[in-house]
Amino acid sequence: MLLAIDTSAGTAVALVADDGRVLAERSSPDTRRHAELIGPFLAEALAAAEVDGARLTHVVAGIGPGPFTGLRVGIAAARVIALARGIPLLAVPSHEAVALSLIEGGAVAGRFAVVTDARRREVAVTVFAARLPMPVEVEPAHLVARVAFAPAEGVAAHEVAEIPAAALAHAALARLATGAAFPEPRPLYLRAPDVTLSAPKRVS
Amino acid sequence: MLGIETSCDETGVGIVRGTELLANVIASSMDEHARFGGVVPEIAARAHLEALEPTLRAAVETAGVDLRDLDAVAVTSGPGLSGALMVGVGAAKALAVALDKPFYAVNHLVGHVGADILREPGSPDRGALELPTVALLVSGGHTSLLLVRSLTDDVELLGETIDDAAGEAFDKVARLLGLPYPGGPQIDRAAADGDPTAIRFPRGLTLPKDLVAHRYDFSFSGLKTAVARHVERLRDAGDEVPMADVAASFREAVADVLTAKAIAACTDLGVPRLLLGGGVVANARVRTLAAERAEAAGVSLRIPPLSLCTDNGAMIAAIAAQRIMAGHGPSELGVGADSTLPVTVVQA
Ligand SMILES: [Zn+2]
Repeated sequence: MLLAIDTSAGTAVALVADDGRVLAERSSPDTRRHAELIGPFLAEALAAAEVDGARLTHVVAGIGPGPFTGLRVGIAAARVIALARGIPLLAVPSHEAVALSLIEGGAVAGRFAVVTDARRREVAVTVFAARLPMPVEVEPAHLVARVAFAPAEGVAAHEVAEIPAAALAHAALARLATGAAFPEPRPLYLRAPDVTLSAPKRVS
Repeated sequence: MLGIETSCDETGVGIVRGTELLANVIASSMDEHARFGGVVPEIAARAHLEALEPTLRAAVETAGVDLRDLDAVAVTSGPGLSGALMVGVGAAKALAVALDKPFYAVNHLVGHVGADILREPGSPDRGALELPTVALLVSGGHTSLLLVRSLTDDVELLGETIDDAAGEAFDKVARLLGLPYPGGPQIDRAAADGDPTAIRFPRGLTLPKDLVAHRYDFSFSGLKTAVARHVERLRDAGDEVPMADVAASFREAVADVLTAKAIAACTDLGVPRLLLGGGVVANARVRTLAAERAEAAGVSLRIPPLSLCTDNGAMIAAIAAQRIMAGHGPSELGVGADSTLPVTVVQA
């Protein structure tokens, strides 16, 4: 049984069986209250599926891209659960979850872009090829100014406001099935920390 | 009881059994902030995420316990840097749910006071913390004066800094003297051979008119500006800056105002006990002056071991353990990180 957590947009938690059945899901599009919601969502998802942490076999963490403060909450939670239960942590780029659902739903063909808001008037974009068993990244996640964003000829852009945690678990299962490697469980920051190094200013 | 602390630049995980300290592991991101001359919140938050798991592992190993044997999980929910706090809060909730243990969200400042009740196995008995006590908590993130009547449910804020924290003032003055970060130990070293009376720097909020509204509050931004002005004047005139005297005089101004206000609180309130906490306690001059003045005023002074004065997870676990023993239930899993959590809220 997989527990998937994504806080790259809103907060989303899902429990998914090894065969892909969704056992429980909790989500909110709220882009601010990740630290609040993660606790109840985890507890409620386990309760709804009538299991406790001992039944988990894998934890899946969405690693963004997404606004950092929220993104870190889910990754921290996923890492600690994996440690506490002694089970593997599978990191999945959050856009991949969306890409897989789009392909499986027959909504895309050829190449397409998954787009999410990155704040500061920028969007995060990953370009995929619509191939199965798992989506193939053609262009890794990167930031583009929202006004300047124009997908290449023939590339349909799909902007989403939420990353469903169940889709994240499905993406992890797809990687497991193909034996594909998983990325490091670190946020896809795409942006250096915001600091300005200024010399001490004169006061007189 | 396991406690997680991520309110500033130290990732701390502590494990206690009641008042017995089993593990106190701290990872600091101080070096990463050095070239910026102060804590950069985003860098601190990133470092917490990387350090959390190794710190947790090390604490469990040191304590020789299994995570499944814990009775509860505690975390600092505030005050502190919001993005940094959120890493710890998210992790602590996940740990509590994964292990099916109760969750306690605790106040960081009260944690500093709670550090005093912890005993390291084999260390001499320091005797119980007597209450009520005045507590002076000074670090790079806070400068607060508290009246603590009970560690579990009666803490009052007497005063706090209205601008910079004292530790921040040390960092800023070090920087303008061309000394590296963190400023506290640097200023201490530079001040060693200096004359603390060489320059009379201002003592913030000590004038009679300030004492009306800000009797127990602190202000260090005027002091910092005064040091900057002094140094600029000398440099403009082509004179050499007497580093040792400037450092010693600045340090004296900080130590003077901190200890004077703390002792005044003890005297005014008729509470003959003062506890020091926070990283600035590592400053020898602050400790010495506090000891001198406490003795003169008939106030007994308590200083927890330095390893427990700086931010750590054990003090958070200690407060949560006290809350449980006093019969309080766990926090709601829905509580968030509160960067301005008032000190009256011991447990969120
Ligand atoms: Zn502190």
